[in-house]
Amino acid sequence: MAGSGHEVRKKWDPWNDPQEKPHVQLLSVSKRFGDFTAVDNIALDIYKGEFFSLLGPSGCGKTTLLRMLAGFEQPSQGQILLEGSDMAGVPPYRRPVNMMFQSYALFPHMSVESNIAFGLKQDKAPKGEIAQRVEEVLDLVQLSSFAKRKPHQLSGGQRQRVALARALVKKPKMLLLDEPLGALDKKLREQTQFELMNIQEQLGITFVIVTHDQEEAMTVSTRIAVMDHGRIVQVATPTEIYEYPNSRYVAGFIGDVNIIEGRVSEVGESHLNIVSEQSGCGIRARHAVDAPVGATVWIALRPEKLVISVDAPADTTTNCMAGEVWDIGYLGNLSIYHIKLDSGIMVTTAQTNRTRDVERPITWEDRVYLTWTPDAGIVLGQ
Amino acid sequence: MSQKPREGKRSQVEYLDARSGEGTAGALEELHKQLLLLPPYRWLCSAIAGSGISPRGLLISTPYIWLLLFFLAPFLIVLKISFSEYAISQPPYTALFELVDDIYVQIKLNLENYQLLFEDDLYWRAYLNSVKIAGISTILTLMVGYPLAYGMTRAPQRWRLALLMLVILPFWTSFLIRVYAWIGILKKEGLLNLLLINLGIIDQPLTIMNTDTAVYIGIIYSYLPFMVLPLYASLEKMDDTLLEAAADLGSRPIKTFWQITFRLSLPGVIAGCFLVFIPALGEFVIPDLLGGSGTLMIGKTLWAEFFSNRDWPLSSAVAVVLLLILVIPIVAFQKLQEKDKAA
Amino acid sequence: MNKGLSWFTWSALIFGFSFLYLPIILLVLFSFNESKLVTVWGGFSTKWYAELFNNQGLLNAAWVTLKVAFVSSSVATLLGTISGVMLTRFSSFRGRTLFTGMIYAPLVMPEVITGLSLLLMFVAVSLDRGFLTVTIAHITFSMCYVAVVVQSRMATFDHSIEEAAMDLGCTPGKTFFAVTLPIILPAVVSGWLLSFTLSLDDLVIASFTTGPGATTLPMKIYSQVRLGVTPEINAVSTILVGLVATGVLIATIISRRNDAARLRDERLAAVDP
Repeated sequence: MAGSGHEVRKKWDPWNDPQEKPHVQLLSVSKRFGDFTAVDNIALDIYKGEFFSLLGPSGCGKTTLLRMLAGFEQPSQGQILLEGSDMAGVPPYRRPVNMMFQSYALFPHMSVESNIAFGLKQDKAPKGEIAQRVEEVLDLVQLSSFAKRKPHQLSGGQRQRVALARALVKKPKMLLLDEPLGALDKKLREQTQFELMNIQEQLGITFVIVTHDQEEAMTVSTRIAVMDHGRIVQVATPTEIYEYPNSRYVAGFIGDVNIIEGRVSEVGESHLNIVSEQSGCGIRARHAVDAPVGATVWIALRPEKLVISVDAPADTTTNCMAGEVWDIGYLGNLSIYHIKLDSGIMVTTAQTNRTRDVERPITWEDRVYLTWTPDAGIVLGQ
Repeated sequence: MSQKPREGKRSQVEYLDARSGEGTAGALEELHKQLLLLPPYRWLCSAIAGSGISPRGLLISTPYIWLLLFFLAPFLIVLKISFSEYAISQPPYTALFELVDDIYVQIKLNLENYQLLFEDDLYWRAYLNSVKIAGISTILTLMVGYPLAYGMTRAPQRWRLALLMLVILPFWTSFLIRVYAWIGILKKEGLLNLLLINLGIIDQPLTIMNTDTAVYIGIIYSYLPFMVLPLYASLEKMDDTLLEAAADLGSRPIKTFWQITFRLSLPGVIAGCFLVFIPALGEFVIPDLLGGSGTLMIGKTLWAEFFSNRDWPLSSAVAVVLLLILVIPIVAFQKLQEKDKAA
Repeated sequence: MNKGLSWFTWSALIFGFSFLYLPIILLVLFSFNESKLVTVWGGFSTKWYAELFNNQGLLNAAWVTLKVAFVSSSVATLLGTISGVMLTRFSSFRGRTLFTGMIYAPLVMPEVITGLSLLLMFVAVSLDRGFLTVTIAHITFSMCYVAVVVQSRMATFDHSIEEAAMDLGCTPGKTFFAVTLPIILPAVVSGWLLSFTLSLDDLVIASFTTGPGATTLPMKIYSQVRLGVTPEINAVSTILVGLVATGVLIATIISRRNDAARLRDERLAAVDP
């Protein structure tokens, strides 16, 4: 269970517990539309109480996957199990799963109240209960005073909350959210992300969200599945995805990254030594992939993990790239430097502006040195 | 839930039965038998029988069946009769299929009707004349409609909806009445001649009524909304800053109009022309009421052939050929629309 | 530049709209003419209207026309709505192309051909011509117009609204009545109105498909018009034009009021947090 408060949440990682039974299981699920494969042989376990994100560029198959969970599409191959029972052939209106649509899909001819009550009426719930539950959920999304309004009489943010309330009121086993915040402006979106997390924690319902916004996925999720061309590239917690991406695709999709090519020259117990012409120095990095001596590897370096300096460090042969400042972007809290290395490739670094006045600010055409610790670089294979 | 439509369907069948009793039921059965010769109908019947007839499936197939019965089948009958011979009988044509020894179906294809259409100059002249009249009146309608549509888009924003409404309104009122209204104006002792003579512009009344000119006026008048609406739509969505940009770059207004405004409204021009040309080609009411005995149009010819001469096979052949002629602009129009959508 | 255009705009609008409306205005005017001559103004009179209501033949024809229009537009609306929904929501069924073709073809088919073909079929199955056959003919072409109107409405509204209903536990059939139908209702209503006026207006198809005892008003008007212009026909025309114009105007005013109210609501909603 998601439980309440942060202490519980910290330790809560059912995906690492072999005893835990997954809430939803996808067993080698594929979906083809004619010649086009939208979802390609996906296996995935989602646990009860998770806030799970499907992240990827448009056309990567994330929405198709969500629609298969909702029952609007049937898998061409494979099985979807919800609490152990096969969902094949179960139509959307018989699944204990609700969806919040990207367009919100509010019924334009019904009031907020009737929109929310709609699902309960389909289940023939008693009138008193319907009224009570509608009131509860309206209270939850802070729209009690708007119950009698029609959707067109609401602002974008209010409509979004009605859509959420309507999907939650039936207390589904799983809530599917298709780009739920896509239509909101940036400020409202950030605020709503936290509201969503609070509601999810309060109710303990499994949330599966589809998004193309990596920041959103990082903020709200317990785990993220990064998708590309119908496949899942990596499934991990936000921290793992950022700090330990398993491929150049994931490293590049989440946050900014510098990718440097090199060759393994020595395989040590815990570290690798890499020769890299692009960087102009030897690279020492933590052992992460199975790469024999001589194999080509890539080193991913996050901009904020590089330290920039005009003074040459003691050791310039390992984890130290030299180059010339090409461009500077001042963002207030950060400064972004584009450095042209001696090999000709461009590298980006970000430095926090800790003090107001720097004695000798780095400026254009300065010769600078970029250094990093052996733990900062991530070695990626093919 | 699906209760409602089922009731609708049932009451409709009851309605058919109640209206004409056993005669209708027999006629429908006869029709069903004849239609079984048609593959689409056969597919449908076997599909319904095979699927175990769900009420919803039946409901959904009603419009399909309706159109097969009352649109496709009648047309095939026209096609069939166009190949049969005129006979003084009831109905006035010979059978196309004959059972020989109860086994073979003998088909007697009679191409004489079609031959006549090409040989007798009355018919091919009527076709050519229809194309000519429809073509000329399409261009004239464009010339009247373009300034009107252009003027509407230049009018203040708050008037535009009302003006649009005013263009659409005549479309809802009776076509026949709108054509009739012109008789009083165009005839020899009509209002137009009265006005012109009183103004001293002419001495002798003009003969407009019962000429091709009257037909042109009638077609322009009746089909003007079809021309103005697509023109207005394409002119309205045009970006005014384009004109300013052209002026800024040194183009004079007249040149700007041709190079920018007219060019960009071409999709509307083409759509409007087809929307006028296609119905004008087969028009009957206008040439009949406003045109003279010399006004040859194919719709009128077909009507006369059917009602006056009672030659059903020949009028069927006239109809088939008219449709073949119509297919050309219709297909061209569709191709252009698709291209438009793709762009 | 604007001033130069304005002169042209004015004359284009004035000429265009006079051309559209002058004939109808003259027609209405002369229906109140005392004189039997259509071109000579003999003073104001409503005697032609009074005469109209004594003309039993005309009244019968009007009654037949109204009945045909009512029945045919109602059935056409039912069939056309189903067709419009089919065209947009059922992506594949056997003979879909044929069905689409049959929906669009009657819209461009010359009336003489539609009329002729239906008549020949009624003869082929020896169905007696009369009220029933005219009604069938009118249903057939009207339903295609309804289908197109409904289809364009169906195509523009968000499909996920229907999915949302199903997601909340509504079966497809129930979804249609609870969600789809209320949303497309304005299109269905305008489809009905369109069918009604088309049926009211039709001369050619009715002439082919009707039989003794079911003469429609346009047929009656046509046969009298062929003999010349009479104030009586002007009077009938005035009534018809008046009815239709009033109906269309009321419908427009109502829909514009709704639009305005909606716009106001949306502006208010945008202000809310």
